[in-house]
Amino acid sequence: MSGRGATPVVRLSGVGKTFGTAATPVVALADINLEIGQGEFVSLIGPSGCGKSTLLRLIGDLTEATGGTVEINGKPARQARLDRDYGIVFQSPVLFEWRTVEDNVRLPLELFGHDRASQARRAQEMLELVGLTEFAKRHPYELSGGMQQRVAIARALAFSPSLLLMDEPFGALDEMTRERMNSEVLSIWQRTGITVVFVTHSIPEAVFLSSRVAVMSARPGRVTRLVDVDLPRPRGLETRESPRYFNLITEVREALRGSEGGSSEATLASPERTAAEGGIG
Amino acid sequence: MQSLRRNIPALLILVAILVGLEFFVRSANVKAFIFPAPTAVWTALLANWTEGYHIFPAARVTLTEAAGGLLIGTAMGLIVAFGVSRFPRSRDTILPLAVAINAIPIVAFAPIANNWFGILSPFSKMAVAASLVFFPIMINVLRGLTDVDPSALELMRSYGASPGAVTRRLRIPNALPYFLTGLKVATTLSLIGAVVGEYFGGLTDTLGRVVVGAASALRFDITWSAILVVAMVGMGMYLLAVAVERVLIPWHPSVRGDQPA
Repeated sequence: MSGRGATPVVRLSGVGKTFGTAATPVVALADINLEIGQGEFVSLIGPSGCGKSTLLRLIGDLTEATGGTVEINGKPARQARLDRDYGIVFQSPVLFEWRTVEDNVRLPLELFGHDRASQARRAQEMLELVGLTEFAKRHPYELSGGMQQRVAIARALAFSPSLLLMDEPFGALDEMTRERMNSEVLSIWQRTGITVVFVTHSIPEAVFLSSRVAVMSARPGRVTRLVDVDLPRPRGLETRESPRYFNLITEVREALRGSEGGSSEATLASPERTAAEGGIG
Repeated sequence: MQSLRRNIPALLILVAILVGLEFFVRSANVKAFIFPAPTAVWTALLANWTEGYHIFPAARVTLTEAAGGLLIGTAMGLIVAFGVSRFPRSRDTILPLAVAINAIPIVAFAPIANNWFGILSPFSKMAVAASLVFFPIMINVLRGLTDVDPSALELMRSYGASPGAVTRRLRIPNALPYFLTGLKVATTLSLIGAVVGEYFGGLTDTLGRVVVGAASALRFDITWSAILVVAMVGMGMYLLAVAVERVLIPWHPSVRGDQPA
């Protein structure tokens, strides 16, 4: 399932990230080793401050590693970014409020110099994919939070990147909307075959979506455990009610607790709590 | 129609104030050179519209000066704002300078401008207007160009967008509402600048000179009617800026009002 053998889409070897000055360094990430294969759906989960968002930004070359190597499709992260190998979705939709929904989806295509006809065609396809065709001419403020995030997903996929990075994309949504969005993301993932790296601090969300869950610890941020999620696909309501799902949630929760080394157990919250937190990851 | 209904309370209050003033001035027998009755101001306005003090031709000249100053000041404000946002290191040099220039009292600059650009030239009045307009435009536009959502910048970085593309597709649209806020303030300021410039001398047929001339002749009914025209011209310029705003940023919360999402 993890597609080992071929060139991995993401390869992190000995990756570290230190903030601050030489006198007072803050080690955000230490010695991260992770390979993500073609078509995998990998979630990064951990308590607030474990550096999971930083790790995602390293993969996207939005910040630079202070140690180790980050390779995307066998290239340095910077080259992969310039080659537009990935699309990204943030916690907030980050739509340009002066553009219509359609024009927001077209933004990357405009920047990449696609001709107008193919921009329009592609935006149309993407809005169909996320089910927002009839909102093409609306402005973002006319859409609900969940719909705005769907536009952001359409925009991230518009130029057919091989990798989709998602940074707590549904953290600001209510639980019902979040579950619906999870199903939609899964269906998009299955239809496009794209590789996804998904940052979250919701255990059920990570288990429901992923083929693998990377459990992280804080100070310094490390990947302490990789949990293979062998739930059958396609996943739906029955998945959320199956015993195996609950077992895996327990497994991830225990891995998180173990990674915390027994200290400050308060941050290892139940799913209800983690859903409400707006942590910086 | 809807905006008319919204403005009805303001109009009613205005009418009530005018009627009250008229009644008070007449019943208390207030001398005309202290406070002329509203009807006397109106009569003076009509009598001097094209004759006598030439209020209408004067208004045209003053409007031209204000508009010219608005244009020059806006252009200068935009140039400096774009320059400072493009070269952030210049910020610490340029901004204190701009603040210092902005702190110069306008009445001190007006006679100097008359001396520099010629007391009879409209450019001397435009210079005074432009110096008032420059600051609110510059500071607002600079804010709009730099106050950009960090995630939006990351998004553009993820696309490998050039600095030029970031400016064109993100910074400029982001700055537009800020610019229009500055512009609304600047319209009235430009008119104040033009009138103050006229106070310190220049052509006779300007609103500033009508105010000064009529006051020294103790014709305060004419002074008030000239002030009324200044206010009307200022409101007209302001409303024009509001109209521009509605056309340029219909998506912005300040324009679209409280419509439900």
